[in-house]
Amino acid sequence: MPTNLASGAEYDTVGQKRWVWPGFALPGVVWLALLFLVPFYAIFAVAMGQLDPILQRATPEWNPFYWDPTVFAEAFADLFGGQLGVIALRTIGYVFLASAMCVLIGYPVAYFVSRKAGRWRWLWLLLILAPFWINYLMRMMSWVNLLSPDGQFNSLLLNLFDVTDPPSWLAGQHLVVIFGLIYGYIPFFILPLFAALDRIDNATLEASRDLGASNAQTFWRVTLPLSRNGVMGGLVIIMLPMFGDYYTPNLLSGSPRTRMLGNTIDQLFNQTTSQGAVGAALTIILMLFVSGLMVYYLRSINRATAEARR
Amino acid sequence: MTAGTATRSVASRITNPWGKPRYLPLLTGLYVLWSIIPVAIAVRFSFNAGRSSSTWQGFSTRWYVGDPTAAESVLYDQSLRFALTQSLRLAALTMLVATPIGVALALGLTRWRGRGAKASNLLMLIPLVTPEIVMGVALFLVFDKLYDFVPFGTWTQFLGHVTFSISFVVIIVRGRLFAIGRDYEEAAMDLGASPWEALRRVLLPLLAPALLASFAMVFALSIDDFVISQFLLGGAETLTIPVKLYSGARLAPPPSLNALATLLMVITIAAIVFAGLMFKFLGKKLGGGEGSALETVGRFEI
Repeated sequence: MPTNLASGAEYDTVGQKRWVWPGFALPGVVWLALLFLVPFYAIFAVAMGQLDPILQRATPEWNPFYWDPTVFAEAFADLFGGQLGVIALRTIGYVFLASAMCVLIGYPVAYFVSRKAGRWRWLWLLLILAPFWINYLMRMMSWVNLLSPDGQFNSLLLNLFDVTDPPSWLAGQHLVVIFGLIYGYIPFFILPLFAALDRIDNATLEASRDLGASNAQTFWRVTLPLSRNGVMGGLVIIMLPMFGDYYTPNLLSGSPRTRMLGNTIDQLFNQTTSQGAVGAALTIILMLFVSGLMVYYLRSINRATAEARR
Repeated sequence: MTAGTATRSVASRITNPWGKPRYLPLLTGLYVLWSIIPVAIAVRFSFNAGRSSSTWQGFSTRWYVGDPTAAESVLYDQSLRFALTQSLRLAALTMLVATPIGVALALGLTRWRGRGAKASNLLMLIPLVTPEIVMGVALFLVFDKLYDFVPFGTWTQFLGHVTFSISFVVIIVRGRLFAIGRDYEEAAMDLGASPWEALRRVLLPLLAPALLASFAMVFALSIDDFVISQFLLGGAETLTIPVKLYSGARLAPPPSLNALATLLMVITIAAIVFAGLMFKFLGKKLGGGEGSALETVGRFEI
């Protein structure tokens, strides 16, 4: 046995050269630098850049010393007191209502499947996982079919309650959009919560009972606090994409009445081409909205990694 | 065992806060029905003999394979077939490129202790927590303004898909690397293997299930993606299945769109079942519960 391999601690420096592990990481790091970091910076460069006077195209300004904040300042002013402010408030309202409903419906479901489902647990688990296997757009499309004027939902209303003149569900109803958000995102809330509840040791709950707590007390004072990280994690996971959602309101309403922040960005990029700077400024504003969630999510991933490492 | 069962049944009564336990299964059952029935209806109407997506007119497979002259089935309608091939091609390309890069990055990040390791780790994590629309805008702008030698279409979509997939691979593989630990490699080296041999002949075989799971996971992520594919769209032939569903859903679509969606679902299920089996196989071999694997999948699916 070569003596220089005698102790494990030396493998990194003796057994292999220093550049080996950074070398492994290099292709990925370069890829992400070129195709994530630079693009990310491009948002700022375009938002703070100039408008080409002839072609009316946004010209990026890569040097931050020459950044021109006019467009961004206008968007920011619009956020406080303008049309954009209304849209931002609506976005927050939609996201909070939908998230709250996800917790109210999702918690009991996750709780049941993780702790009470008994022998058929695997089947329940499979069923709550099913939406993961179905494309989000397909799930929304099936509701578009159901809620269309001659769809099954209206025939159901007609047959059961004799409703002959139902509202047009897909023409700008706030509740339909919120409903769509709940339907779309709730599986992504349930799964991390399920995992968190699943990890709670039964012995902890038995200890609580042995110490004289009632069923309700055990739930409120042991189970619920222990699942707090699961609830928070699930909330972050659904709120992040919800803030940037534009396809759900587009499919289920398409009306300016239900426009969210994501819709304004989508409109500037996917339906016109000249407004790059305004679109970039709106994207920065959207990031300001979700930066807290992003930091929280980053920290929880880091915490999970540190736990796994031990 | 009987004592254990008794404890468990007692414990299950103790821990239930809702008194009668019936509400929970009822609510969960209703939830499951609510989440699955609309999709089941959409699948059913992909087999409709008529043109409607809401009135059932008998069973047929015409929207899948029917009638070359009318060109309205997935097989013969050119735009639908384009979407199918575009999605499959993108997913296959992304899978083949993102997985090796991600595996190498995972290996590097778990063992690299020097300067730059922390920053690289952060760079890997941020794409995971960035809303897709932000990444879509960023990539669109960079391909529009800076890397304008890359034509919009399959190339930009491919580059974008790899970019968001790499971090998922790292998370999956890194979890397994932690579970494996360094003992096997050290044992191999104690027995005279060089570090490279230990890596190639001990660690890589141990990582094989995670590798296969990553392949399947990236395939599913890519084929399921909508936002990035839409922002990096080129010509009409680069519409993927989700983009096609999105652009067709509002316009009273024929059941062929349901057929396309159903095919996408079948393909995704196949990929995820494969990934799940790999996780399970992995779990059996190396420990690590069902919960952690599920959480990995669940956390990062959006």
